[in-house]
Formats: sequence, structure tokens, C-alpha cells
Amino acid sequence: MFDVEKIRKDFPVLQQKIYGNPLIYLDNGATSQKPRVVIEKISSFYSQSNSSIHRGVHFFSEQATAKYESARITVKEFINAKHVHEVVFTAGTTASINNVAFSFGEKYIKAGDEIILTEMEHHANIVPWQMLCDRKGCKLKIIPFDDNGELILEDLEKMFTPKTRILAVTHVSNALGTINPVKEMIKKAHAYNVPVLIDGAQSIQHGVVDVRDLDCDFFVFSGHKIYGPTGIGVLYGKEKWLEEMPPYQGGGDMVRNVTFEKTTYNDLPFKFEAGTTNYVGAMGLATALNYLTETGREEIKEYESELTGYAHRKLGQVEGLKFFGTSTNKICILSFLLDGIHQYDAGMIIDKLGIAVRTGTHCAQPVMDHFGIDGTLRASLAFYNTKDEIDRLYEALLKVKQMLGS
Amino acid sequence: MTLNEIQDEIIEDFEFFDEWMDKYNYLIELGNKLEPIDPKYKNNGYLIEGCQSKVWLRTELDQGKVRFTADSDAIITKGIVALLVKVLSGRKPEEIKDADLYFIDRIGLKENLSPTRSNGLLAMMKQMKLYGLAYYAKQGESKK
Ligand SMILES: Cc1ncc(COP(=O)(O)O)c(C=O)c1O
Repeated sequence: MFDVEKIRKDFPVLQQKIYGNPLIYLDNGATSQKPRVVIEKISSFYSQSNSSIHRGVHFFSEQATAKYESARITVKEFINAKHVHEVVFTAGTTASINNVAFSFGEKYIKAGDEIILTEMEHHANIVPWQMLCDRKGCKLKIIPFDDNGELILEDLEKMFTPKTRILAVTHVSNALGTINPVKEMIKKAHAYNVPVLIDGAQSIQHGVVDVRDLDCDFFVFSGHKIYGPTGIGVLYGKEKWLEEMPPYQGGGDMVRNVTFEKTTYNDLPFKFEAGTTNYVGAMGLATALNYLTETGREEIKEYESELTGYAHRKLGQVEGLKFFGTSTNKICILSFLLDGIHQYDAGMIIDKLGIAVRTGTHCAQPVMDHFGIDGTLRASLAFYNTKDEIDRLYEALLKVKQMLGS
Repeated sequence: MTLNEIQDEIIEDFEFFDEWMDKYNYLIELGNKLEPIDPKYKNNGYLIEGCQSKVWLRTELDQGKVRFTADSDAIITKGIVALLVKVLSGRKPEEIKDADLYFIDRIGLKENLSPTRSNGLLAMMKQMKLYGLAYYAKQGESKK
């Protein structure tokens, strides 16, 4: 049985008070809170057995290496990758996308080529590709979305040309909450021999992701958004691509043999892990993933979906509230504005009531431009949030309206 | 009143409020009362872009005193803008350039002028002081 009160006890930060009110943390899309097991994992590793990995024959180093590689296996199983060496540890989603944009770009992209993105990408899945375009003279093509926040896919097939090299799309929009039909998109892209990168930063914590079932070529996500530590992330890539692509950064550990004349690179996944990696972060991430598995990923999904429905109904009762992102297929992200009220004013008032929501463009300026707005208020929920907290948000919004006279 | 007397008066006003919401209500009131910037100046030339809210600032020198008019698209931001205008507008350039704006911290609004807030206020305050400095330098030149 999914017991939210029991789960809340696993997250020390949720017991905090802000300005005298119990904290209501509704900014999980930006970063999630950490369960005690993750915090303790990191702390006990540093206090009891810290050592660098892949570098020493001594006891601690071997132990640390084993734990790091075991974390990789945990990730592999969590996303159901075919091989362990298809899992590369990075600093996060942004680092993973930059890695692919660079290495894939070096190998396969030349002037005049095309890269397809969507109108609802986070800046992390726009800017690295723009930088690639600047380097190589390729260009971006953008799949638009409609006013519900759903991708317009009727013309997708017409977008693929012999010059299309890759499609990079977010699994879930961080600004709208829409779950994109990536499996069908991947299928269509593959019919044109176009590989697909999925930005999973907002999806993997809210549902089961199976990279083999999706058949995506790359899948990237951040540890800190899935209840793990910050500074760790994952780049999953199909073996074929990772084998063919040149490394992104050079340094220790990613090499087999170094002379001043020539350097040969290490095998996968180490080829893409230059320098001392965030091995403690990887262990913390694995602990978080195990925690989710034990809690039950299907149960989490079900609970979050119920909470999302409740939140939409409840906030929908606030007069003058307009949602942005009204697809029927979405996760627990609610983006909205109150008629005639600046989101920043609302956010400031809500903050003082102990409620953490995000205001602004959510690093997705093209989404704001689509609607002709400067930003929204965003409540992004997690499985430790409750209906009671939604009620408190509802009351806070009424207070905002009362104070700002509309 | 001197610039610091005005600051002290603001600090005293805010001492009445023990609740954040009272403070905000007061800022909203100040924001609503702020003399609006002439719409023709509410354009990009006068815009100080913040990521969260926008601020417009216009300056003129009138008989040796600097006059500021300003506006914001967010009302609480505008309330803080009103306070800055109240303290700095109508002052001599050298007073503005040397002003130590301690009232912000004392009334508990310091976080609103931190670079991470990106609401345009910090940039606006810096801009106001720069105008003070620029007018001061100009006056020095014309005296030579
Ligand atoms: C959809 C999406 N992609 C990418 C990112 C960037 O993640 P990170 O900052 O952890 O690299 C985010 C985080 O805000 C996101 O929501």
C-alpha cells in the first residue's frame, strides 16, 4: 500500500518550517528532495571508506570502484539498457546533451545538415545544438506544439529529409507537463534512419522508462531531479553510437595508452568519463533509484496521477486562473497564471506562506513566446506531496487575489 | 529632510509590520501610488530587463537635482521601486553617488536586491547611482 505519510518521513527536509509555516515544496521540477537513505549513503561513504576509483590496488580503492560499477548496473537495470557499458555517468542532463551534441556532431554532421527539435525544449536541449550549428553550419528545424501544449505531429514525416541527422526531443515538457508520444516519434524517425535523443530530465522520476522498449538512441537525465544527489547524471547511448562517436573531453581514465605522439582511448563507457568522476554521486543516485524501486514505481505513478487530477480540479476553481499545458496526457506539473496578476508578485506572496513554487520562464523561453507571456507560476509535484498541500496552495492563491485586488 | 532622514522614516514605517503580508500590502499600496512613467518612455530604451520582472527608469536633471521616474510590470517590485525613487529622486548628483542605501536591509527586503533574484531592482539601483555619478562628473566639467 502506498502510504504518503510514511514516505514523507523518509525526507528530512519536508519537516522544515519556512517563515513559521510548514514547508510545502512544490518545485520538484527544478530539483527534488532527498530521502534519508541517499543522504546517509553519501555521508557514510565519505566518513568510512572514501577513495578514488579505477586508480589503486589498495582496499578502499577497489571497494569504491566496485560500488561505482555496481551503481552503473543499477542504472542499467532501472532503464533496462541492453549493456552496462551503454550507461555513461555525466554531471547531469545538460552535460549529457552537450556530450552528444559534440561527439555526434564531430562524427556525423556537416554543413547543410539538419537537426530536428521541438518548440517545447528546455534551453539545455536547444543551446548545445545551436552551438553545433555554429561550428558546423548545420541548421535546426522545429516541431511546433498547439495551444494545449501537444506536439503537432501530422507533418512530422515531411520534416525528415536526406539531410536530417538527429531528432532531439523532450520526453516530458518541464514548462507544460505534457508527456510526448516519443515511442511513435522514434519509430517514425527510424523509418528515415534518423536517430533520436530523448531528454528524460522530467520523465524518468514519474514513470517507468524502458530504453529498449522506446528504442531511443540516447536517453539522458539528471540525478538531482530523481531524488538523487546533484552533480551526477546519465547518458545512455546505444552501443553502436557510443563506439563510433569520438570522446567529448580528454583526460585521465578515458585513455588506454598515452604518448606524446598518439593516444588510444579506453573502452566504453570509460571513453566518455574523463577525469575523476563523481563516483559518490553515482552511488547516491543508485541508492535513490533503489529507493524508488522499493517504493514501487507503478504505485508512485498512480498516486501522482491521482494527485495531479485533484490539483487541476482544485486550482481550476480559482476564478481567473488559466492553465498552460492542458494535454490529457501529462505529469504532475501545473503551469498557470492568475488573470491580471504578475507571476512574480504571486510567487513572492506564496513564498511567504511557506510554499515553494517557481516563477518565470522555466528555461523554456520559446514556450512562453508561443503563448505570448513572460512566464508562469509552476507547481511541480512529487509523490511526497499531498492533497492537503494542494488545498493550502489553493488558499494561498485566493490570498494572492485578495491582496492584489483582482 | 536629508536622504538619510528619509531612509530612517521608511525604516520606522516598516517597524509597524510584524507580518510579511502587511509589508507586502504596504508595498502594493506604494506601487499603486507611484507617479507613473510617461507611457512614451515605457519602451526598450528605458527598460532594465530582469528575468522575473521588468523595470523602467527615466532620469532628468532639473535645476541641479536629479529626478527619477520609474515603473515596473510587477506591483511588489513597483512598491520597492517607489521606495528607491522616494529616497533618491530630487537629490543632488553627489548625494546619489555617495548614498548608502541601508534602509533596504533594515526593512527586510535585501533578498529582493540580490543578483540571483533577477527582478531588475539591483540593476535599477546601480543604474540610479551611475546616473548620480555621471551628472556629478558633468557638473565638474562645466564648472572648469
Ligand atoms: C526538460 C529538461 N531538460 C534539461 C534540464 C536540465 O537539467 P540539469 O540542469 O540538471 O542539467 C531540465 C532541468 O531543469 C529539464 O527540465
